[in-house]
Amino acid sequence: MTRSQEFTQGARDMLPMLLGAIPFGIIFGSLAGSAGLSTWQALGMSLLVFAGSAQFIALSLLGAGAGLTVLLLTTLVVNLRHALYSASLQPFVRHLPKRWRVPLAFWLTDEAYAVVVHRYADSDPLADASPNKHWYFLGAALAMYLNWQLCTLVGVLFGQSVPNLEAWGLDFAMLATFIGIVVPMLRNRPQVAAALVASAVALACHALPYKLGLMAAAFSGIVVGVLLERRNERLIEEHS
Amino acid sequence: MMDNWLLILGMLAITFATRYSLFAFPDLRFPPLVRQGLHYVPTAVLSAIVVPGMLLPDGEHWALRLDNAYLLAGLAAIAIAALTRNLLATIGGGFLCFFLLRWALGQLPL
Repeated sequence: MTRSQEFTQGARDMLPMLLGAIPFGIIFGSLAGSAGLSTWQALGMSLLVFAGSAQFIALSLLGAGAGLTVLLLTTLVVNLRHALYSASLQPFVRHLPKRWRVPLAFWLTDEAYAVVVHRYADSDPLADASPNKHWYFLGAALAMYLNWQLCTLVGVLFGQSVPNLEAWGLDFAMLATFIGIVVPMLRNRPQVAAALVASAVALACHALPYKLGLMAAAFSGIVVGVLLERRNERLIEEHS
Repeated sequence: MMDNWLLILGMLAITFATRYSLFAFPDLRFPPLVRQGLHYVPTAVLSAIVVPGMLLPDGEHWALRLDNAYLLAGLAAIAIAALTRNLLATIGGGFLCFFLLRWALGQLPL
């Protein structure tokens, strides 16, 4: 695919995620004022930080009167999962110059990660050797970014007068997309086991704050997947 | 009174640092064990988001009930994904199921 085709496809594949993020962006914008952020600070946080979960947690901590150190440490813990995404995508972007890697990293959200890893890792590199996949990444990332800014703006400007979007359950769009991405990845037993273990640990740890349950779940799934894969390899070696 | 702009810049630095952490080392080649582990990141992370999203839609309370559209439509989406392996069909079919269920259960703000 050409650059512009990749870019457009990336943006288009993000559409369900955009829909799912709309209520959250608007709610963030409408709540920011009561947590003590000015209009410009609310917009500035979305523009400069661009991390939904961390932004919401910052609002609740600000509202509770937490100090700067607590807020920044919490941001770090909440965002640890991004380092995992960074490692996961590094083999696919390592050939790019810094002027690409820096902005792509800045825009690396959960949603962009899911869609982009699907493009990179789930396509057969021989059948689909497009050299322009980073344009897909850029299209997906920019779509999410612009959508988040617009929704924050709507929330800041219109706040409580926006109809109750949350009640529509648009966040299901993200779940459906993640399901459509993850199910075809379950091609062998280690992958299935990783999915089951990660799910179980995520459920067991759902009460942990700051996405720590997600981190525990991710690492458990990864460890089980690798262990099973290694055991399979050993069994094959012993049989041959 | 804390300076909110300082907070925003600090959050920018920390968030960017986590996202750029491995992109910053283009020459780094992961050892085989790590590479093997990275193959399971998408599966593990996405499962860990999806399954609690279906069973605890509000993030706090278990909803193992037949009036939980997140659970039922999520199961439908999993079935569609397993049968078709088609992303668009999964999203479209799952979303359709979700809204029909919410409508039938009177959970839409209409």
